[in-house]
Amino acid sequence: MKPAVFDYSAPESIAETVDLLAEHGSGAKVLAGGQSLVPMLNFRLARPAHLIDVNGVDELSYISANGALRIGSMTRLTALGESGDVARAHPIIPAAVAQIGHRAIRNRGTIGGSLAHNDPAAELPAVLMALDAEVTARSADGERVVGMQELIEDRLFETTLGDTELLTEIRIPAAAAGSSFGFREFARRHGDFALAGVAAVITTDGSTITQAALAAFGGTHATRLPTAEAALVGAETGDAAFAAAGAGAAADFPSTSDVHGTADYRSHLINVLTVRALQDAAGNSGGGNG
Amino acid sequence: MAETMSVVLNVNGAGRSVSVEPRKTLADAIREDLGLTGTHLGCEHGVCGACTVLMDGEVVRSCLMLAVQAGGAEITTIEGIGAGDDLHPMQRAFSEYHGLQCGFCTPGMILAGIDVVSRNPDPSPQEIREEMGGNICRCTGYQKIVESVQAAAAIMSTEGGSA
Ligand SMILES: Cc1cc2nc3c(=O)[nH]c(=O)nc-3n(C[C@H](O)[C@H](O)[C@H](O)COP(=O)(O)OP(=O)(O)OC[C@H]3O[C@@H](n4cnc5c(N)ncnc54)[C@H](O)[C@@H]3O)c2cc1C
Ligand code: FES
Ligand code: FES
Repeated sequence: MKPAVFDYSAPESIAETVDLLAEHGSGAKVLAGGQSLVPMLNFRLARPAHLIDVNGVDELSYISANGALRIGSMTRLTALGESGDVARAHPIIPAAVAQIGHRAIRNRGTIGGSLAHNDPAAELPAVLMALDAEVTARSADGERVVGMQELIEDRLFETTLGDTELLTEIRIPAAAAGSSFGFREFARRHGDFALAGVAAVITTDGSTITQAALAAFGGTHATRLPTAEAALVGAETGDAAFAAAGAGAAADFPSTSDVHGTADYRSHLINVLTVRALQDAAGNSGGGNG
Repeated sequence: MAETMSVVLNVNGAGRSVSVEPRKTLADAIREDLGLTGTHLGCEHGVCGACTVLMDGEVVRSCLMLAVQAGGAEITTIEGIGAGDDLHPMQRAFSEYHGLQCGFCTPGMILAGIDVVSRNPDPSPQEIREEMGGNICRCTGYQKIVESVQAAAAIMSTEGGSA
């Protein structure tokens, strides 16, 4: 299929972009990497009257590592996954990016597009939730900063951003000293959207867990896992705490059934993947698919 | 028909101005406006990889870009990789190791294979499978494709040969 007719603008600055968004409102769509939007245009699942292509807005493409990590929304997934600054600050990010689609998808797809599109099976909304990230949203009326949980709430394929808001930046606070991560997802084939996945960041003072931030994807929406976190904080690292966290994660997870798997199966996956992610975090190894 | 825009597409080293509607994908412009039908369209939603081209040396899905977005970029299609008797090592390896049957996926496979070897000159079969997972073939069963890419990597490490 082919896209329906639309008007096309290619602004070169944030100011120009937010003016266009103010002018066209809900009839307009921002075109970032196009790796989710163009398929929807091709199948006419989206028929915006106006497309605002921000690929020429150079000021949206940067990675800055002075203090908190700040990432421009148009940063391509390949650049995100290959950045030394990002890997040093939060090695869970390249581990997760490696699981997103394929090289050709990552060469165009952007961090901002992934968050704004908010596929419930996408890696980055959950990973950035576990890292307590915030995003900045700009409109003609000004700028606001929104936490990841506030951005997503319980939504899928949309966020709490308004029609006239442009997601401009992702800010990630520095990791706590002594923190380590695990990232696990299960997908049928490498590069496919995962059936379920878990991002875990824990901090220990040697053997006792002092902080735990866990988030899951693959259910009805990306979510933190508070019961799992509560089971970990104050506990000794090891099988008993990890098993309790796995059960808690499955209880927290908003599971869902579709052709790829039942809700029960996905909840089971979350339990198992949580335990494995925590084992990885305790052993400080990488993680991946399975 | 909506208004058209004019854009200069630099494809395989030659710049050509085309007049296209903004909704026309790069893949359709390459095929219909430039007449380069080696770039194939399988799924038009980014899943099959048949439409893979190189943009400034990086693999992209030409079905997921608009033609009007490609102005200023250097695009390489399969026709720019090699033709006739002057074949790229990747093409020769696919021919020699039977990396194709119907050939529909092959242009995308060749470009993806060149990309893999350019980043990893000596890929293992497992690495090739993971890296080429974004290109679907309905004929070969992939075994011969993996062997072809490995053979091409060996030729390229002695002969050289990028895109
Ligand atoms: C074959 C294939 C496999 C994939 N596999 C995965 C996977 O495993 N995991 C995964 O997470 N993703 C996957 N993706 C999706 C990919 O990561 C997309 O790139 C990403 O979800 C969207 O980013 P984009 O930059 O391409 O956004 P676009 O497609 O350009 O836009 C997506 C949506 O976000 C809006 N938007 C984009 N940027 C902004 C902004 N700055 N401000 C406000 N709104 C904005 C757009 O208006 C649109 O509604 C896959 C895609 C394909 C085609
Ligand atoms: S036609 Fe572009 S990926 Fe299938
Ligand atoms: S050779 Fe027929 S699809 Fe691959």
